[in-house]
Amino acid sequence: MVTASTGFSADTAVYYEVDVLVIGGGPAGTWAAIAAAGRGAKVVLADKGFCGTSGATAPSGTGVWYVPPDPARRTKAMNSRWDLGGRLADPVWMRRVLDRTYQNVNHLAEWGYPFPTGVDGEEIRTSLDGPDYMRLMRKRVKSAGVRILDHSPALELLRDASGAVAGATGIRRQKGDTWSVRAGAVVIATGGCAFLSKALGCNVLTGDGHLMAAELGAELSGMEFSSAYAMAVDHGSVTKTRFYEWAEFTYADGSPIPGAASKGGRSSIAKVLGTGQAVYARLNADAQEQVAMRHAQPNFFLPLNRTGVDPFKDRFPITLRLEATVRGTGGLRLVDEGCATTVPGLYAAGDAATRELVCGAFTGGGSHNAAWAMSSGFWAGSSASDHARQVRGRSRVATRSGQTGLTEGRGSRIDASSLIQSVRQEVLPYNHTYHRHADRLNASLDRLDTLWSDLRSTDAADLSEAVRTREGVAMLATARWMYRSALARTESRGMHKREDYPGRDEAQRHHIIAGGLDEVWTSTANVGGPADEVLAA
Amino acid sequence: MIELISASRCTACNICVTACPTNVFDAVKGSIPVIARKDDCQTCFMCEVWCPYDALYVSPNADGPVDVTEEQLELAGAFGSYRQAVGWAEGGRQRPAPEIMQRLRG
Repeated sequence: MVTASTGFSADTAVYYEVDVLVIGGGPAGTWAAIAAAGRGAKVVLADKGFCGTSGATAPSGTGVWYVPPDPARRTKAMNSRWDLGGRLADPVWMRRVLDRTYQNVNHLAEWGYPFPTGVDGEEIRTSLDGPDYMRLMRKRVKSAGVRILDHSPALELLRDASGAVAGATGIRRQKGDTWSVRAGAVVIATGGCAFLSKALGCNVLTGDGHLMAAELGAELSGMEFSSAYAMAVDHGSVTKTRFYEWAEFTYADGSPIPGAASKGGRSSIAKVLGTGQAVYARLNADAQEQVAMRHAQPNFFLPLNRTGVDPFKDRFPITLRLEATVRGTGGLRLVDEGCATTVPGLYAAGDAATRELVCGAFTGGGSHNAAWAMSSGFWAGSSASDHARQVRGRSRVATRSGQTGLTEGRGSRIDASSLIQSVRQEVLPYNHTYHRHADRLNASLDRLDTLWSDLRSTDAADLSEAVRTREGVAMLATARWMYRSALARTESRGMHKREDYPGRDEAQRHHIIAGGLDEVWTSTANVGGPADEVLAA
Repeated sequence: MIELISASRCTACNICVTACPTNVFDAVKGSIPVIARKDDCQTCFMCEVWCPYDALYVSPNADGPVDVTEEQLELAGAFGSYRQAVGWAEGGRQRPAPEIMQRLRG
């Protein structure tokens, strides 16, 4: 039988030797590929799905933290999120991201992105429609000479004798065979992890890159900032939250829910939903606003139109879907301005990387994440290209680094569906992830740790189940880093809310670093920014 | 979830098979594609946007299947309605005057 384990040791169906391998083809991955190719690197981009539709951005669209280089406006932009983020962001990185985003968005305009025109006749460059943005990025990646492998999920990284990354291997799921790429440097741009919650575009985001990187020893940062839930029509997938700022929230009988709001009152909504009661929304907007809203975000209205709901007249039931680290800020830890991880040759960008540097402890969703994706992608691709040039021509023996689900054990295979179900049971409930308490975190961790040790003696997955198996393993690993980090932060800060520690503790103004697979560990690291002063651009 | 491929609209170009990020469709030799892994559908509507023939329908219910017929969907004008709304159909994106859009900018 062909298993994921024998699949690589035999000849893979396709094999490439390149300078840079980019894993993931959303905004961060495409910017990384374009930047690397622009510096002369030979590049392969492998996407789990289809580069152009894959990831949270393509079906959604997003604001962008695009601020012209006017010191007053930049200062205002930086300070607007500084406190909200629990003062964990790094002003040096915020300034860099503002600069890079401004340049990259202007490139998009040069490349023909159809920005609308504002009242002053100038183009409005502060938001991007997902389908247009990602279709354009795919086109630019191809014209940069990058080879795209669609429907080619990576299963594991390759390493050399020194422990540096040397490529990756995976599956071509529409062909039923395998691929491998030897590379001088690898960029992880696999997005965050939303635990298959069906938040818009998020089901391809299962923490795969976190797992693969951790198997090479990479560290994570800020995984406690992983408690993001986004609002959607009940049973719907369109987790577009902005227009809920126009909403009033009520119980089934029409009476208002005290404290409920989209911004700053989502916790009250989660509490009501957590009791099993329905929550209803209705939007209050005047006729002109309604026209503007319908044109600004057609996807917001799609589920409503198709079920005959007029959101400005009818009360409609809503739900909160877990977006975990996608709209959270935790991810792979970066150790330099080129977005290097702690593993030589391995870079991380977009939602796969920590966004604390630009957002701190509060959701980087929307404009900040979009700015981060295009900036970090650009830097990761550039530095991966430079790194690859240094190791080019060096003879390196590459070995596989994948572990759970890919190595032979004592006879039985992982039941991927049951694993995924078990992990989801621990992370989806509002009272586990949204409202945290040591008792519940510890109880969850006991079960998750047991699950992990049970998996370690299993056999390699069958090729047809390898992707789902590794997704389950990645989600399990991610959940354990999340909850171990959440336990280590004995305070409430930003999105991380501890019922047993409701206040902020200034002594904990640090980053929580996490790592390890069999033994999950945490430690702390200093923050880069000042404690008190108001930031200047 | 993806509910229907209209046999009368579909030209078997298989763009949906390629464009679906969660690999829901299978191409079929000499025929139109099939919905092979409906449970993997994440209800992102990307197949509708990428289908040049407006042959697909995704129900907004992400949690379970919904009964629909091609006749109902034709009557409701559902086919292609989202592609039109995002401006990928003929005529492009309809935009109200900047003064109206300005109302949303805080």
